[in-house]
Amino acid sequence: MAESRTASTESATQDAWPIYEIKRLSKTYARHNVTALSGVELTINKGEFVSVIGSSGCGKSTLLKIMAGLLPPTTGRVTLEGQPVTGPSTHIGMMFQQATLLPWKTTIENVVLPIAIREGRSAAKAAHSRGMALLELVGLGEFAEAYPGELSGGMAQRASICRMLVSDPSMLLLDEPFSALDELTRDFMNMELQRICAERQATTFLVTHSLDEAVILSDRILVMKSRPGRIVEDVRIDLPRPRTLEMVNTPYFGEIISHIRGLLGKEAHE
Amino acid sequence: MTGATQDNLEDTVWMEHEAFIDRIPRWVAMTFLFVAVVAIWDLVTRLGWVSAIILPTPAETFFDLIFVGSNLMSGGYMLTALWTTTLTVFYGFLIAVAIGFSLGVLVGETKFGERAVMPYLVAIDTMPKVAFAPLFIAWLGFDIASKVALAAFIATFPIVVATAAGLYAATENERMLFKSIGASRMQTLVQLKLPTGLPYIFTGLKIAAVGVMAGAITGEFLGGGKGFGALIRQSASQLDTPRVFALILYLSLLGLALYFTVVWAQRRFVFWNKSDGPGGKA
Ligand SMILES: Nc1ncnc2c1ncn2[C@@H]1O[C@H](COP(=O)(O)OP(=O)(O)O)[C@@H](O)[C@H]1O
Ligand SMILES: [Mg+2]
Repeated sequence: MAESRTASTESATQDAWPIYEIKRLSKTYARHNVTALSGVELTINKGEFVSVIGSSGCGKSTLLKIMAGLLPPTTGRVTLEGQPVTGPSTHIGMMFQQATLLPWKTTIENVVLPIAIREGRSAAKAAHSRGMALLELVGLGEFAEAYPGELSGGMAQRASICRMLVSDPSMLLLDEPFSALDELTRDFMNMELQRICAERQATTFLVTHSLDEAVILSDRILVMKSRPGRIVEDVRIDLPRPRTLEMVNTPYFGEIISHIRGLLGKEAHE
Repeated sequence: MTGATQDNLEDTVWMEHEAFIDRIPRWVAMTFLFVAVVAIWDLVTRLGWVSAIILPTPAETFFDLIFVGSNLMSGGYMLTALWTTTLTVFYGFLIAVAIGFSLGVLVGETKFGERAVMPYLVAIDTMPKVAFAPLFIAWLGFDIASKVALAAFIATFPIVVATAAGLYAATENERMLFKSIGASRMQTLVQLKLPTGLPYIFTGLKIAAVGVMAGAITGEFLGGGKGFGALIRQSASQLDTPRVFALILYLSLLGLALYFTVVWAQRRFVFWNKSDGPGGKA
C-alpha cells in the first residue's frame, strides 16, 4: 500500500505532503479527570521520521493511541491521508515496548497474525512467504518455526517488527519499542529500524525517552511537557542520512542534545 | 598484566554440596515414608493402643484390599457400584465444566456478568454447598441424578472463578495489539483471552476434579443409591473398618484418574507454559 510516487529519500521535507494532520487536540480521561493532552497541533509529512520525547506521564502514549485510532480524542481533529481517524487502520503498523508475541503460536504465525485476523486463516497461510522474507530480512529466518519462548528479547522485538510490516503499512507508530532491551541491542535495533524505514519510505512516529536515540533517528523531535501534556518545541535535526552511531560524537549532536536537555529542564531524566 | 604470575599455586577445587535428601531418588524416599507409616501403624494396633474397630491392623486392611480388588476384577457387585460412582463423577464434571465455563465467560467478558452476576455467584459460593444435598434429593430423587447435581454444583464455582480470572489475564499491550490489527470482540476472546487464560482455567479444573468427587460421595452418603459411597456407609455402619479403608483406597484411584486426566490435558494444550501447578510434576 506504500505508494512510492516520489523517490525523494534524502530530503523528505521538500515536495512532501502531510500524511497526518492534528489540530487543537486535547484529551481528558474520564477516570480521575486527568487532562493528558491539551492544544496539540502537529503535521507529519510523508516519509518523515518524527520522534516525541518527554518525561514519563506527559501524554506521549496517549497521543500515539489517539493517532492510531485506539482512543477517541476529547476535542480536536486527527486526519490520516485526509480521512478522519475513527478506528484502527490497515495503513498503520504499531509496535509497543513489549514484543507481545503469542506464546502458543510459532514466530511465523505471530508475524502473519494481522493477516489472520483481518483476512482469515487461508490468507494468513498465503502470507507465510511474505512473512518469511521479512524474518530473513531481520536475520530470524531459521527461527520461523520456533516458539517465542525460545527467542531472546531482541529477537522477539525483531519478530514484532516483522508483524508490524507484514500488512505493508505506510505509517509506523512506535511506542518506546526498544526501551526494554539492553543498550547494545538497542543501538543495533535502531540501525535496523532506520534501514527498514528508508527502504520502505515509511513515515514513522516514535515515542522514546532516550535523547540519543531520538536524535540519531529523527528528522524532527517534538519536545513535550506535562500537566497538561503539550508540545513545547519542534526541533529539526539536520544530520545527513544514512545516520551512523558515530554521529553521537560530533559537536552538532552535542549541541542538539544540550538544547533539548535545556527545554526539558528539570523534567529530564536520562 | 600483573607481572609475576603464581602458577605454582594449586587450582582451587570447590565441589558444590548437594543436600542428602536431593541425592536419594524420589521413589526411595516415598517407599521409605510408606514403610515407616505402615510400621508405626502396625505397632500402634499390635500394642492395642487403639481399638481394632477404630483402626484395623495393616494386615487386615491388606486382606480386605485383596478381597475388594478381586471382587472388582471379577465384575462383582462392587464393580457395579464403582461404575455408578464413575458415571456420577463423569456427568457431574461435564456439567460443571459446561456451566462453569459459560458463566465464567459471561462474568469475565461482559460488564453485566461482572457487575450483576458475579456478586450472586460469590454469595452462593460462600455457602456450605453440601447443605443443598437434601434439596437435590427432594427434587431429583434417590437415583444418580441428585448425586450428579450435587457433584456438579460443588465443582462449578472453581471453574467460573478460574475462567473469569483467566479472561482478565491478557495484558494491556496484548489487548492493544489486537485492537490495532482490527480484531473483533469475538476474535479477541477466542484468539487472545481464552488461550492466555488456559493455565488459569486448568487450575480451576483441577480444583473442580477434587470437588466433584467430594460431591458425588457426599450425595451417595446422604441419598443412598447404588454407588461406592453407599457401600462405604454400609460397611461403616457394620463397623467393618478394614473394608471401609479398602473401599476408600479404591475410590481414591477414581479421583486420581480424573485429576491426572486434567493434568495430562493441561500438558497437552498449554504446552507453552512450563510451570504447571501443584501435582503437575508428579
Ligand atoms: N486509561 C487511563 N485512564 C486515566 N488516566 C490515564 C490513562 N492512561 C493514561 N492516563 C494518564 O494520562 C497521563 C499521560 O499518560 P501517558 O500518555 O501514558 O504518558 P506517557 O506515555 O508520556 O508516559 C498520565 O498522567 C496518566 O496517568
Ligand atoms: Mg508511555
